[in-house]
Amino acid sequence: MNAAPAHGTLSAPLVVEFPFTRSLGPVQSAFLTGLRERTVLGVRTADGRTLVPPAEYDPDTAAELRDLVEVGRTGTVTTWAWNSAPRRGQPLRHPFAWALVRLDGADTALLHALDVPGGPAQVRTGMRVRIRWAEERSGAITDIACFEPAADAADDSTRPAARPHSGAFADPVHGIVAEARLDYTYTPGRAQTRYLEALARHRTLGERCPGCRKVYVPPRGACPTCGVPTAEQVEVGPAGTVTTFCVVNIKAKGLDIEVPYVYAHIALDGAGLALHGRIAGIPYDQVRMGLRVEPVWTEGGRHPDHYRPTGEPDAAPETYQELL
Amino acid sequence: MSTATRPGARNKEPVGIVGVGQTKHVAARRDVSIAGLVREAAVRALEDAALGWADIDAVVIGKAPDFFEGVMMPELYLADALGAVGKPMLRVHTAGSVGGSTALVAADLVAARLHRTVLTLAFEKQSESNAMWGLSLPVPFQQPLLAGAGGFFAPHVRAYMHRTSAPDHIGALVAYKDRRNALRNPYAHLHEEGLTLEKVRSSPMLWDPIRYSETCPSSDGACAMVLTDRAGAARAPRPPAWVHGGAMRSEPTLFAGKDAVSPRAGTDCAADVYRQAGVADPRREIDVVEMYVPFSWYEPMWLENLGFAEEGEGWRMTESGATGPGGELPVNPSGGVLSTNPIGASGMLRFAEAALQVRGAAGAHQVPGARRALGHAYGGGSQFFAMWLVGDRPPTT
Repeated sequence: MNAAPAHGTLSAPLVVEFPFTRSLGPVQSAFLTGLRERTVLGVRTADGRTLVPPAEYDPDTAAELRDLVEVGRTGTVTTWAWNSAPRRGQPLRHPFAWALVRLDGADTALLHALDVPGGPAQVRTGMRVRIRWAEERSGAITDIACFEPAADAADDSTRPAARPHSGAFADPVHGIVAEARLDYTYTPGRAQTRYLEALARHRTLGERCPGCRKVYVPPRGACPTCGVPTAEQVEVGPAGTVTTFCVVNIKAKGLDIEVPYVYAHIALDGAGLALHGRIAGIPYDQVRMGLRVEPVWTEGGRHPDHYRPTGEPDAAPETYQELL
Repeated sequence: MSTATRPGARNKEPVGIVGVGQTKHVAARRDVSIAGLVREAAVRALEDAALGWADIDAVVIGKAPDFFEGVMMPELYLADALGAVGKPMLRVHTAGSVGGSTALVAADLVAARLHRTVLTLAFEKQSESNAMWGLSLPVPFQQPLLAGAGGFFAPHVRAYMHRTSAPDHIGALVAYKDRRNALRNPYAHLHEEGLTLEKVRSSPMLWDPIRYSETCPSSDGACAMVLTDRAGAARAPRPPAWVHGGAMRSEPTLFAGKDAVSPRAGTDCAADVYRQAGVADPRREIDVVEMYVPFSWYEPMWLENLGFAEEGEGWRMTESGATGPGGELPVNPSGGVLSTNPIGASGMLRFAEAALQVRGAAGAHQVPGARRALGHAYGGGSQFFAMWLVGDRPPTT
């Protein structure tokens, strides 16, 4: 994370990444298993059209589609666009065409990469192409490495029509893993930036609403109740009161905290609402509502590591009832 | 704003629920795609209504955040499976309450006479998702949330116990009751035949005061309903349920003065629904409630929030057995969210189960003679509320 210059607001990359699993259902299972076996399957609609890639339900009639057919491995480009700067995760690392290819015997086109070393001048709608299979195939759309020009391939009018196929293969694929990744640049905004800069000096700055006079911590630059900007800075804390809490007994993924620990709502002195933090420095089963606590900082931490008892007497319930 | 408070509200078309369908909810439906899952519920709802795809004028679909399954805008690809091609298709999203608000959007389309017959559906395929991850992205500069969903809600439960002096065992009573109810619902996810109250009480404490057996499961499932106008209801082969009131309310997750135990948005939403339905005393006038209880203690909390019990008295109502089967106000006879939780569908399941009750079609978990039922959903950090009240007779106003 990179802190911006003092006059600017903060910004940092936020990468959202997860390997999602997908159950395929009968039609996609047959299609992807087929690719593994270098067989391209489509599905036949009631009006005799062949859809490739296959759909589970007819886009026109909503009828369930299950009649699988095998189509050719050569086809015709129906339209295309040149991709001069491939991104991470795309089928080819060098420039290529995104092409819609109607395989021989199919009535619809499949989107994939078309590898044309000669560049966009060599691509045209109507050109004949063939599948280049990936060397390692697992039952995924990437089993087709890409398409490549096939000037020698016969015109599709001479190809046989799609042939019925049972869709049965040994060891069928029932699921795939889809690696999803999104790259964002996150900027917390001016109010949060001021708050974080103060926190770096171990001070907690809230903002008071000019309407309801409540102090928001962390500040948001506006009061969600009154709908007006908040500009007046108010230092709160450092001590506060535990308004309520729970004892966490299951380890959260990615959190290096030994269980059990106490996750608490803490109303810092002067704040109009509680923030969340961990309580330590006291046995977990002795934490109680009304406990007075103060922040504990660790070197380089952007937020208090946890809160510990101040040793003061507990706060009277009426002092925090409205903050629950 | 509620439709009842608008001028000309009496000109609304009465809305009937003539078809209800749901999948058998399970931990993982590895045999179907998302399209196959929603299709199953939709086909069952159409069969219940004795209608075909051509009879549907519009489709309204809901689910929880796209991040859960990682399919962005899944409604686009689900149009084929739901026969929506060439028709209006709307997606609704209001976090965990989405199943309820989706049904209300569909009902409004019929009430406004924009469409005569609308298919509404909600789903979640939690086995392909990671809800915990989807809800706690590592936002830069922010302190990581120190607990999962249960940890988020557990402090509010403690606040409720403190405020009302409720004894510790109430949560276990709710969990035991709902899991027993689920045994009479063939579609429920959890069927824990050998469950005892003692087993609930001795289950591991996850986020003290919430125990393992007091939390909802993670389910794959879908729920669908067919909503139609008076003429459509007259043609239906089975008795319709009728919408007598419906409302949504929202408020921020965190604001100074928020009552996290009994959010004002929930109280206001319920009051609006009762006003539309002409209900003055909900506890006496409503026969059965399907409320969104993902953690057991939310039953007594919502009993107060929805006006079924005085403030501080919800736990006494639960303890008395009034919310059990055969009680004065059965709550969650289907087994509720505690037994079945395909997140996006959970709210619609509450609405659909309410409809099944007043249609007399709830099977083994039917509340005898139920004539008015409330379906309730909430979501986010108690941010979004959606409710409808359905009856066995058409509304008179």
